Amino acid sequence: MKSAVIIFPASNCDRDAQTALKQLTGKDPHMVWHQDSALPDVDLVVLPGGFSYGDYLRCGAMASQSSVMKAVKAHAEKGGAVVGICNGFQVLTETHMLPGALMRNADLKFVCRPVKLTVEETQSAFTRKYAKGQEISIPVAHGEGNYFADDETLNRLEGENRVAFRYAQGDNPNGSARNIAGILNEKRNVLGLMPHPERVVDPLLGGEDGKALFQSLIETLS
Amino acid sequence: MKARVFVTLKNGVLDPQGKAIGNALHGLGFGAVGEVRQGKVIDLELKESDEAKARASLKDMCEKLLANTVIEKYEIELKA
Repeated sequence: MKSAVIIFPASNCDRDAQTALKQLTGKDPHMVWHQDSALPDVDLVVLPGGFSYGDYLRCGAMASQSSVMKAVKAHAEKGGAVVGICNGFQVLTETHMLPGALMRNADLKFVCRPVKLTVEETQSAFTRKYAKGQEISIPVAHGEGNYFADDETLNRLEGENRVAFRYAQGDNPNGSARNIAGILNEKRNVLGLMPHPERVVDPLLGGEDGKALFQSLIETLS
Repeated sequence: MKARVFVTLKNGVLDPQGKAIGNALHGLGFGAVGEVRQGKVIDLELKESDEAKARASLKDMCEKLLANTVIEKYEIELKA
């Protein structure tokens, strides 16, 4: 699997993503600057966590206008895989590649801790190596992860089995609607999630529950 | 022409910051304060003298960048 990680000004999980991808694929991912207008030939694009453009205006709003995002959009339209983690998820909603929006956490606090998630959907390139209903622990680190969409959109996401991950009952860290932690687009080749799977791919870092996400992609895209 | 754009959360969208401001005002003794909603004000200078054109262009800016219409609404005020 060939991959690329996009770097926006103030991305801060780009190197975590790079390390995870290198460790699991055995290949260095391409690191792509936000001003580039073309992507290298890759199977997977990762939009990493961070505070792109200082979260000016709204989280992900400025990044959604960057020239590289046009290329990322085109990559997804051709069926290429894209995963947006944390700020990357915010960028995906701001570019309308995923529905809804990520609002300020309901209790206004930045939350940085491992959360329990359930894997809701395994029919996707991102989640096939998990078991349906599996409970996993992955850290979150965000102030704006409160997923919001109107009821019609939420019903549609659930009806089309596009909720990939939910916060486990009683462990919703941000007030997200219907405990949503991660969603898929209609074509199921774009995933956005607030938790950080790239931070838990090695027991040294406290867990390996994020590994299956990358392994799913490797199995599907290699 | 000068323009002022107000961006606020749509009705029904939870505004935790507004709530916190309300609670703080109550704490200061402003007991008459009811619901508080907060938002953004963006001031722009426009090289455009035609009001209709300015308004159309500002609407476009709001839809494309200044507001996230999934959660926010906007109002445009023009000053000659």
